[in-house]
Amino acid sequence: MSEHRHGGGAVLTGRGTRRFALVGSPNSGKTTLFNALTGLKAKTGNYPGVTVARYEGLTSTGAGDVIVEDLPGTYSLDPISPDEVVVTEVLDPAIGEHGTPTPDGLVAVLDATALRRSLGLLAHVLRTGLPTVLVLTFTDDLARRAGSVDTAALAAALGVRVVPVTAGNRSQVAALRRMLESVDEWPAPAVLPPTEPVEAAAWTRSVLGRAAYEVPEVDLRTRRIDAVLLHPLWGSVVFFATMFAFFQTIFAVAAPVQGWVESLFGRLGTVAQEHIGNPWLAGLVGQALLGGVGGVLVFLPQIAMLFVLIALLEGVGYLSRAAFLMDRVMAKAGLEGRAFVSLLSSFACAIPGIMATRSLPSARDRLATMMAAPLMTCSARLPVYVLLIGILVPDGARVGPFGAQGVVMFGLYVLGALSAMTAAWVFSRLGGRTSLAMPFYMEMPSYRLPKPSTAAIAVWEACTAFLRKVGTIILVTTVALWALLSFPARGTDELGAAGVDPSDQVAVSAYVLDHSYAADLGHAVEPVFEPLGYDWRINIGILSSLAARETFVATLGQVGAADNPDDPGAALRAMTVESGPRAGQPLFTAPVTASLLVFFVYALQCMSTIGVMRRETGTWRWPGIAFGYMFVLAWGMALLARTLVGLFA
Amino acid sequence: MSTVSRLLAQRVTPTSGADGILGTRTLADLQPGDRARISGYAVDLPAATRRRLVDLGFAPGGVVDVVRRAPAHDPVVYRVAETEMAIRRVLARGIHVERA
Repeated sequence: MSEHRHGGGAVLTGRGTRRFALVGSPNSGKTTLFNALTGLKAKTGNYPGVTVARYEGLTSTGAGDVIVEDLPGTYSLDPISPDEVVVTEVLDPAIGEHGTPTPDGLVAVLDATALRRSLGLLAHVLRTGLPTVLVLTFTDDLARRAGSVDTAALAAALGVRVVPVTAGNRSQVAALRRMLESVDEWPAPAVLPPTEPVEAAAWTRSVLGRAAYEVPEVDLRTRRIDAVLLHPLWGSVVFFATMFAFFQTIFAVAAPVQGWVESLFGRLGTVAQEHIGNPWLAGLVGQALLGGVGGVLVFLPQIAMLFVLIALLEGVGYLSRAAFLMDRVMAKAGLEGRAFVSLLSSFACAIPGIMATRSLPSARDRLATMMAAPLMTCSARLPVYVLLIGILVPDGARVGPFGAQGVVMFGLYVLGALSAMTAAWVFSRLGGRTSLAMPFYMEMPSYRLPKPSTAAIAVWEACTAFLRKVGTIILVTTVALWALLSFPARGTDELGAAGVDPSDQVAVSAYVLDHSYAADLGHAVEPVFEPLGYDWRINIGILSSLAARETFVATLGQVGAADNPDDPGAALRAMTVESGPRAGQPLFTAPVTASLLVFFVYALQCMSTIGVMRRETGTWRWPGIAFGYMFVLAWGMALLARTLVGLFA
Repeated sequence: MSTVSRLLAQRVTPTSGADGILGTRTLADLQPGDRARISGYAVDLPAATRRRLVDLGFAPGGVVDVVRRAPAHDPVVYRVAETEMAIRRVLARGIHVERA
């Protein structure tokens, strides 16, 4: 059994291991069943060439382990988008050669309360000719709503085996597992169901009649809750309250934990540097390695919180309602309601926001949302904004009744959000005009109590996937940047010759940095940033912020030889231009500071975001495009900001 | 394209033949609480979209109830085949209905 860590093809492969696929509509209880079968033994990847998440896991049967694949939820095997084509190709033995092994058997998962519609999908599934069993979910809901179905008669009418499984019930799942052992003996229907709409409708009526199907009543509980939650006024009030609480929880719960992670690794780094004699090794372990590991782990609290909340809201059924309420607004950006949660989450951090795009059924919308998400003002930009606004706007300045610093900060948030919506609009346009060919539709599921295990598995899956696939990228980048910033190393003689006191840590680190490879790079890229008014020292800061934006503050502190590198405002204000026509004048003038602020609004300075885009799209192409377009945008807008502020200042 | 998809793509979905006829009603013309029967699709609705509508339960002959509208009256939740499905008005305008 080997595991492919790059996107494309199967996630799990194993010679001779049987493979089953779960097929069903969204909200059919398919994922609950998948979790009940595979638990924590699930892996994600991508289908080859498309941005569609692929879930596979192992489940044990009496005849050994088998692979279970959770196919994306669908209402039809008649595809209307490229991503749906790929999924239907998985079910065709004739197209088994591009790394998409055909399942040995299919498990069709149908919602018993929506059986009349779901039998249409089952008819498509049976037409594939693959051995199929039917799992009937939500039979408890069917009974509660005064409906009923005779499963034995349904099995006889369809010619396939039927097993009811309610909310991952253990003994029912065990019955399904036993069934998976004997795929070679599964009965097949004597006559395949018709496909032409009129005949198909007649077939459905006849099957339902023979299965003594009693149609469930309207779900009054759901209707009553929706009367409030989707009310034009109260629904909007509840929506904004929920989203505010959602956002606050991510911040309020995750931020202190992130603080602990940061201070723990900061302390570990200090301890390492004190106890390791060799200064290079001490720097490598203390700054690069521990800093890198801390820089990876620091994202986990936010990812975990976000996925707990999304799993709970989705399990209850509220996520569809939120998307319904927001669809009109998102449509203006060429997206649909479901993209909203992703963009909102990106205010905290683009990484969980990009991971949350998995709930979008259309690959075009997923890519457009991913390309836009990093423009939302994430929490890592805050320290940079605080520092630069402190330089740009005097402390006591006011705009009407508001503090001017707060107004500038708010303006940057608005600028980020508007730019993100515009970017989403452009990218969804580039993805082709498909408003009617690929229409928006979304089922409003009945309200249900969420299963805590589903939330737990969602969090586990998101966190482990992030650590496994993005952790390495972040770690490698951190070490590489550390090396650029700290080498070549300087001996005591050289420091003495340059007039630096070797016992003065601040002076030494400033000297090493000023003569590092990063400084050479900073000089080399001067022509690029010269029009924006940045000199090689600011360039070092921008270079170091490629790992993570907040690094900019500490690096500039080091460059400016500030006594307290975490609060270098005063040292930066004192810095002057070294050469050229502006020599001797302050470096951080209003136009330059404003242009830096705008640069940080747009530039994709975050290796973790790039890593997570690589993981979610399965290729380096999209992170490349994102980095490129955001850099060009950042440069252009920064030049504009410098020019405009220069006119007024 | 898989074999089953090719087969399903051959499905015929009727236009209602009522395009341009005065008084033709579409799903988008109904109010919450209204009930109607789907009579067919507008000519300009792509064939693949019509086939998807059939698979979602918006099939000719099917009975539709209008459940509720979003605050800006778009999208709208319809009840078809015992399920509640939200679609946008632009799509609802392509679905012709008659009195149930």
